[in-house]
Amino acid sequence: MSTTNQVAIEAVGLVKKYGSTTALDRVDLSVPTGTVLGVLGPNGAGKTTAVRILGTLLRPDAGHATVGGYDVVREAGRVREIIGLTGQYASVDEDMSGRRNLIMIGRLQGMSRPAARARADELLERFELTEAGLRIAKTYSGGMRRRLDLAASLVGSPSILYLDEPTTGLDPHARNGVWETIRNLVLDGTTVLLTTQYLEEADALADSIMVIDKGRVVAAGRPAELKAQAGKQSLDVRPAEPGHLERVAAIVAESVGVRPSVDVVNALVSVPVSDGSSLPVVVRRLDEAGIAVTELALRLPSLDEVFLALTGHATEAADSTAVLEGAGR
Amino acid sequence: MSTATLEAPPATPAPAGHRSRPFAWVPQSLTLAWRNIIRIRQNPEALADVTFQPIIFLVLFLFVFGGAISTGGRWQDYLPFLLPGLLVQTVVFSTMGTGVALNDDFAKGVFDRFRSLPIARISPLVGAVLGDAVRYMISIVILMGTGFALGFRFENGVGNGLLACLVVLVFALALCWIWVWLGLKLRTAQSVQGVAFLVMFPLTFGSNVFVNPDTMPGFLKAFGKVNPVNYLVDTMRGLMLGGDVQKPLLITLASMVGLVAIFAPLAIRAYRRRT
Repeated sequence: MSTTNQVAIEAVGLVKKYGSTTALDRVDLSVPTGTVLGVLGPNGAGKTTAVRILGTLLRPDAGHATVGGYDVVREAGRVREIIGLTGQYASVDEDMSGRRNLIMIGRLQGMSRPAARARADELLERFELTEAGLRIAKTYSGGMRRRLDLAASLVGSPSILYLDEPTTGLDPHARNGVWETIRNLVLDGTTVLLTTQYLEEADALADSIMVIDKGRVVAAGRPAELKAQAGKQSLDVRPAEPGHLERVAAIVAESVGVRPSVDVVNALVSVPVSDGSSLPVVVRRLDEAGIAVTELALRLPSLDEVFLALTGHATEAADSTAVLEGAGR
Repeated sequence: MSTATLEAPPATPAPAGHRSRPFAWVPQSLTLAWRNIIRIRQNPEALADVTFQPIIFLVLFLFVFGGAISTGGRWQDYLPFLLPGLLVQTVVFSTMGTGVALNDDFAKGVFDRFRSLPIARISPLVGAVLGDAVRYMISIVILMGTGFALGFRFENGVGNGLLACLVVLVFALALCWIWVWLGLKLRTAQSVQGVAFLVMFPLTFGSNVFVNPDTMPGFLKAFGKVNPVNYLVDTMRGLMLGGDVQKPLLITLASMVGLVAIFAPLAIRAYRRRT
């Protein structure tokens, strides 16, 4: 990580306990100004607890954290002036219109009435909510609601933004919209701390990723580093003719010495490999057999595979709901 | 109340000039009170407890029971007795809305939104109470308006009549601290409502709101002697219709002071725990 970058968020040894449950167990993190940190973990891993501490909503039991150089406990007021917070718990008022919510937040931050109105309208337009802005927030769709939450956290033009699971429960289209917004904010120089259960999301948005599980940091690094850490690679071959699938599978099995998995629906033959040495062999044999392929790739494992390798359990909800339910509250 | 009595969140003066003012909580509280008024305007149905409910009670007691209760056998004779009492009952009941709304704000995360903003910690609480004062006023206006339409008059002068309305409003602002406290303590809005009904029913029905307590059994009469609602209703009747005011007014004022002295600190302590 570049040392010329100033650090926007820094935490050392954060601990938070709820009774006998340890929600956070000596968590360290550091986010350089203008970058995105993805905090990745299943439900109850401690993501929300971390965000609440960094957002001054919760005091840590041990450890300390600074945001923009200000201590989150002793200088909470100053921290609040430079942060924006979005999450299922820091909500807008559902019984008010979107526009009035934004105006209220502007007024609370000391804006004059005309300035607060202008800022609200500007944000509504930016998030394509101008029309919906006059309706009460209760009536919004999931995607609109998330955009309004984002807008609410941006009223005061924060330089540091916390997004706690910003796309959970959104359809792919709405999710892409939120991603686009986050990317634009980062382009404008905003520092973002993003929590997510989706490895794909962290991969798509974050400069660095921290994986937490049961309150502990189990891995941290750039997305590519994490993938490399998980080890195995995968060789994918997709024949141009779906009818060639079995012949391709046979060639791959011969070349690599491992039976490949055959995805009939996507017409894809896939096999785990320890390195790239079998790739030229496969290419030669396919060429000899006269089989054309549309895809031939050696890829790093997906982050889902990484998570499984790092934590020993999968990321699926079925697994995580049982673990530390409610620990983030 | 000043932010200094709490652990004020902006412990050090903020860099932006307007936020370092020691009285920044005043405009902030007003903004949050404004929020409550906006909510009323955007969800008029949420006002049912302070609009239709008192009118239904008035109609029920006046027309259904009025003739039977009144010594003259006519509902018209019951109206002057009933209206001051019903006004007290209505306002007392509407105070629990404060606790329910606060609980809801916490449950839905609206308070966390406020807390993540650079505002004085006490502002959301003051704003909630101030905003609710508007609800109490609405309920007073609606009930008195209906009463006037049915023939009620301030027989002791308009000034005293309006003073009575002010007294009941201030009493509501003192009483609401119980519900603020419980709203912060109890887990759900439903449980706040449940507890509130449990307290409100004996307080208002075991009083002189609807009938003269002389006909009640001894234990209820004894309860009436310590029930602040009794004295408030006596004050209202005295101010609106004439009669002894001084003694009940003094007891009412004392009970308000007592309510605030006990429950405001409890509420603020619960608030500090949760924020």
